[in-house]
Amino acid sequence: MNTCSVLMPIGGLGAGINKEAFDFGMAMNPDAIAVDAGSTDSGPAYLATATCKVPRMTVKADLEICVQGAVEGGIPLFIGSCGTCGTDNLVDWTGDIVAEILAEHGWQAKIAKIYSQQPAETLERKWDEGKIHALEGAPEIGRGTFADCSNIVAVLGVEPFIEAVQAGAQIILAGRATDTAVIAAYPILKGCDVAASWHGAKTVECGAQCADKEDGMGVLLTVDETGFYVRPLLPDAHCTPYTVSSHLMYENTDPWRLTEPSGTMVTHKAVYTQVDEFTTYVTGSEFEPAEQYTMKLEGARPNGFQNISLVGIANRKICADPERWIRNITAFGVAKLDKLGIDPATYHIDFKAYGFNAVLAGAPPLDAPPPRELGMLLTVTADTQELATRVAKLYQPLLLHFPTDMDEREQLPSFAFPFSPADCPRGETHEFTLYHVVDVDDPLELVRIAYVTV
Amino acid sequence: MATVEQLARYVRSKNAGPFWVTLEIFTDNDAAYQQIKGSPNLTKAAVAELYGVEPGLVKQFYLDDLRVVKYSYPRPRPSGHRAENDMHSGQQYIKLAEVEV
Repeated sequence: MNTCSVLMPIGGLGAGINKEAFDFGMAMNPDAIAVDAGSTDSGPAYLATATCKVPRMTVKADLEICVQGAVEGGIPLFIGSCGTCGTDNLVDWTGDIVAEILAEHGWQAKIAKIYSQQPAETLERKWDEGKIHALEGAPEIGRGTFADCSNIVAVLGVEPFIEAVQAGAQIILAGRATDTAVIAAYPILKGCDVAASWHGAKTVECGAQCADKEDGMGVLLTVDETGFYVRPLLPDAHCTPYTVSSHLMYENTDPWRLTEPSGTMVTHKAVYTQVDEFTTYVTGSEFEPAEQYTMKLEGARPNGFQNISLVGIANRKICADPERWIRNITAFGVAKLDKLGIDPATYHIDFKAYGFNAVLAGAPPLDAPPPRELGMLLTVTADTQELATRVAKLYQPLLLHFPTDMDEREQLPSFAFPFSPADCPRGETHEFTLYHVVDVDDPLELVRIAYVTV
Repeated sequence: MATVEQLARYVRSKNAGPFWVTLEIFTDNDAAYQQIKGSPNLTKAAVAELYGVEPGLVKQFYLDDLRVVKYSYPRPRPSGHRAENDMHSGQQYIKLAEVEV
């Protein structure tokens, strides 16, 4: 019977692998190590600017543990979504760190670098061919949207990973990949049940979040020809049918159907059985192969430059009706800017009343007491930093002194700035733009793989 | 009348990619689960109104084995919109937790 064990040491590369748990996992002789290094959860800035959210030193510390495990264990290491967003430059950046680690220790390994960033022209051609489709909830786009994006990546399935291993690579560094593909690739290559490989990968993609003690850090996934086993890597953590099955809901729109490039895993008939104190065994997973292979596209585009200012307000009158103050100060500033010849259509003003309704939009419940104090955040967005900052600067004296009503002859209040200067230019800002898939004739059509032996 | 928060073991929300939000109500006994499942204040339409989205866009799931009720809805604005207020949508569950059942 084919079996394949994958050590998943942490939910995200750079979060700080627990070495004790890792060594415990390695002692169980896994067939591969797999780690996801990416996410879109922290917003569009990383993809838009092709930068990694995690500092290099932190990524290197985790990679060193993984590379050592792979080299000493003689097993492959899979890293997916290099550098948070998985752009080509961050695959190379990760490759440089791995090469540095290998050189420092005098180790040797063949590295595969899998690239999936897409030039706008490729996607414009696909658009013309009618091969780009919106997913449910996608924003409206046009042919020009691809060129508007700073960077676009296509999300990899298991096939490029399998290709790289078959070409003899031991360390596989991939651009943006599904969280599951990086883990499912090796069990699928080894002839394990395809549905169980995907479902098992989904279960462990956040590391020990599928266990009852999340700081247990890592998990071991073992797939065979009928199902998969999952167990945590520290003695005080347990994977139970409840913790394992409930993890499927996490961050998923649909808890029973999860779409991958090559098909859809279907989990609602799965049977979860506790086999020992630590381990749950799962059978009954299903996989529906897709008629058309698709890669999801992720793209982010600039949407202006921002300047932010924060002021603290404990004034009783304003705390009793923060929205009235926001309305009045906004209108006063806009009128003043208008007199200076600055057209309101060229900038955007956003006030958030922290302590009132900045986090949960809309009116608070009627019985909610007025806040004791407010953090008023002013965000100005404009097409240039110069304009955003100019608008923000005009608001500074208002943020300091603006009373609830200008026509009331009260003494001019002064509010509480925490910073000097009180405003802060925050540069270009971005938003996610694509929630689409592209049809490909072959899983490797939009993928490039480079090999290097260090 | 009790609120969802009072009946549930916990309630949570999270972004599901850059364009969707997902909410879950975890209960630990059948009475609470059934009460939440059957509440007219927790239908798809009610949740759509709570979050200001089209009723047809809200998805609802009953996970009987886990005693969990789950909802997903498209974010009104993409992650990182210029007026973004909750990048990970991690605080959006509070409105659901406050619903009276």
